[in-house]
Amino acid sequence: MLAILRDLIRYNLEFRIGLVLVGIVVVMAALSVVSPYPAGDVYVVPPDLPPSTAHWLGTTSRGQDVFWQLTAAIRNTLFFGIMVAALSRVIALVVGLLAGYSGGWIDRVLMSINDTFIIIPLFPILILFYFVLRDSMSTPLLATIMACLGWAYDARLIRSVALSLKTREFTQTSIFSGMKTHEVLAREHLPYVLPIVFSTTMNNMNWSIGIEVTLAVLGFTDINTPTIGGMIYWANQHTALVAGIWWWIAFPIALVVMTFVGLFLLAVSMNEYIDPRSRLARMGGSR
Amino acid sequence: MSAYFAYFAKRLVQFVVVVFIGVNLAFAITHASPIDPVEQSIAAVTSFGSTAPEAIAAMRSSLQELYGLKGTLAEQYVTFWSRVLRGDFGPSLSAFPTPVSTLIGRALPWTAGLLIVSTLITWVLGNLLGGLAGYYQRNRTLKLMGVVAMGVHPIPYYIVALMLLIIFGFLWPVLPITGGSAMNLQQGWNWAFVSSVARHSILPALSLILIGLGSWFLGMRSLVSNIVTEDYVVYAETAGLDSRRVLGSYVMRNALAPQVTGLAMSLGGIFNGAVITEKVFGYPGVGTLLVDAVYAADYGLVLGVTTVSIIAVSVGVLVIDLLYPLIDPRVELR
Repeated sequence: MLAILRDLIRYNLEFRIGLVLVGIVVVMAALSVVSPYPAGDVYVVPPDLPPSTAHWLGTTSRGQDVFWQLTAAIRNTLFFGIMVAALSRVIALVVGLLAGYSGGWIDRVLMSINDTFIIIPLFPILILFYFVLRDSMSTPLLATIMACLGWAYDARLIRSVALSLKTREFTQTSIFSGMKTHEVLAREHLPYVLPIVFSTTMNNMNWSIGIEVTLAVLGFTDINTPTIGGMIYWANQHTALVAGIWWWIAFPIALVVMTFVGLFLLAVSMNEYIDPRSRLARMGGSR
Repeated sequence: MSAYFAYFAKRLVQFVVVVFIGVNLAFAITHASPIDPVEQSIAAVTSFGSTAPEAIAAMRSSLQELYGLKGTLAEQYVTFWSRVLRGDFGPSLSAFPTPVSTLIGRALPWTAGLLIVSTLITWVLGNLLGGLAGYYQRNRTLKLMGVVAMGVHPIPYYIVALMLLIIFGFLWPVLPITGGSAMNLQQGWNWAFVSSVARHSILPALSLILIGLGSWFLGMRSLVSNIVTEDYVVYAETAGLDSRRVLGSYVMRNALAPQVTGLAMSLGGIFNGAVITEKVFGYPGVGTLLVDAVYAADYGLVLGVTTVSIIAVSVGVLVIDLLYPLIDPRVELR
């Protein structure tokens, strides 16, 4: 594991940039612990101050310090992404491994459900969920719903690996030595798909954070929990751009873009590492 | 021919399954809700003053009828499906008494036009540039494009749309930033209207294109850079074939097949972007309709838009899947 990390840092520029970007974002999120006032409080500092030495990133029209507000927002946004990614990884792994390993009608049924979730437009469905749940729409609930909707594409990837693992000799050996299906999947096949799971985790976090930001901007989430989308929502509510309070919108956007680019670069470089051909090319082999 | 028929039948079954699961999902979500749209509508009306109990009872009964909420759950389920099949979602509450289907019918051409045009532009441009970048790997400009694509690709729609809005709305106001066309024009096939529609669609289309371009570019580039190491490409090059010919008929042709599948799958995803793009640019499409319906608590309209978008996307995917064998003959063998 450490050797892989060392190789990635040494040979892969994308990975280095991604690591730095995500590092900055994580440090921001960690700083929320030492915030001088709770992120939910309003009118704790004078409103509408531009960036200065006292308030590094300025203050909002609701009397919050943008810097401290941002630390709490990015922490919640990251947690949300991790929650969705973790939950949907479990579903994707179970469906992908089971479908690939079992084949037959189990595969066919699971894959038609899978294809449905790939095709269906998720955004209108999420809005429908918000519409019917409204006041009871909390962050964990939204994360659960998104995890249930966002596993399909990755399950297909995992299934394609599982299909090839099934024909390998060690699978036969473990079956003949008396292992049950779930044991074969968990102990023998799981380690082989873990690299894919890691790289799809980054992509899934990007996807879920992107949708959360979008929903929050429209006001379709629990807007009282500070998130990046929530900050933009409140800034829009106070017409921050028209009023010239640009720092209220610019800094959340800058931070969330850093998150996206960082996670994406990590995912891309990991994907490249998984493919031995491009890894060799990167380390200075022929093309 | 029978191979194509089998393929056709398989896709058709898949289409039916998708629509079936999707519409059931919409039914299940709305019926699992703790909120009763009928009581909510009544509360909205009675909050302005007191109403006689008989009037409320009459209103409750007619609202239940309108929303398809009469009878047991099984009866409601049957009502719901018969309505979906007839394309009838009752009257809209926020634009009473205009039927939901009329509102959607009015908005759908805007969304379809914007999405189809921008998706196709994105797809063609992304694959062309990505293919070139994969083939001419030493070209500086194409390399730089790859870096930009990596940076832009993961940014969500809202952010890009907002940036375009700031640039063209405030810093350099040359393009209309809201609406589908100028207000004072007669709708129809006349030059003034068509050109106004085109001008109004530039910014929303641009935001969709900017976001979509990166993923096609990166996908095609990695596909092509794998294909150029294949024996037949190396052979064609050593045989002295013109490099443009190798790229066009050997490399691109074979890399395109998975990208066509991707095009079908991206239709579902593109709809997600359209909702926010339309809302940001005030475009009179289905996305704006949906968001405004949620703000107005218009039960029938929200349900109608969701159902119609599920069906519309499935139809789009089906059409592309059926055209697929024409592009890639290998597909019939499977």
